[in-house]
Amino acid sequence: MFVAATTAILVTMALALIRALLGPTVYDRVLAVNMFGTKTVLLIAVFGFLTGRPDFLDIALAYALINFIAIIAVLKFFEYGDLGQSRPSRARRDRT
Amino acid sequence: MEHLIVIVLLSFLAITAVAIVMLHDLVAVVMLFGIFSLLSAVIFLVLDAVDVAFTEAAVGAGISTVLMLGTLALTTPKEKTSPRFAPIPLLVVIITGAALVYGTLDMPRYGDPTAAIHQHVAPRYLERAPRETGIPNVVTAVLASYRGYDTLGEVTVIFTAGVGVMLLLGSPRRQTKRKRGKR
Repeated sequence: MFVAATTAILVTMALALIRALLGPTVYDRVLAVNMFGTKTVLLIAVFGFLTGRPDFLDIALAYALINFIAIIAVLKFFEYGDLGQSRPSRARRDRT
Repeated sequence: MEHLIVIVLLSFLAITAVAIVMLHDLVAVVMLFGIFSLLSAVIFLVLDAVDVAFTEAAVGAGISTVLMLGTLALTTPKEKTSPRFAPIPLLVVIITGAALVYGTLDMPRYGDPTAAIHQHVAPRYLERAPRETGIPNVVTAVLASYRGYDTLGEVTVIFTAGVGVMLLLGSPRRQTKRKRGKR
């Protein structure tokens, strides 16, 4: 069962990789990276059970947090072109 | 199954690396760098180097993506391509790579229990670490207890670097004052 799940996750990773390679717009690639990160989390979790070490589940949780924060930072960057802005209203005023 | 996973992940890694070299859109290259780091992290994890994998994921996929995007925002997201073929750099890279591969030939086989690194202090750590330090994870025990002074020095270096960067950038309040003065 875990072998089937691992195979499915690897196939999904391949599809996400293809989208990241082809992706016509930046947002396609961002989404592909995000999906790839999610698949990484799942692969780590399943791999832990596959090799009989369920403690990998905790590591997978930490990866989920890293992935989430990284994507938020990237998207914030694309939206404001700057990470230093703490208040979005000021950024919008600067841009116009 | 484990070998199969590593082979598939390594082929993904190779595809990503080739794509990074071939693409000229640098924003896409940064995104692919993120995928590359995530793949490396999983490979490290499958090879049982959990702490290295954590660092790779946090630094490679997390902060360096953002730093490189910041650099692109200050420069340009298009790569300057040089059309002419440069043989000397290629030669240097091939020679260096060949020397590195030649250097690995003398190394002990992967996972060889009689290798020098597994004979020195590792058996003692494995044998006594849980009893002597009370830490269940041996890697953590070595880092935080047996090499405690070494880790303290590393932390001091990182702290000093952080203080230096903060002094260079200045406090946010002073920056806004300067901006106001300019206006």
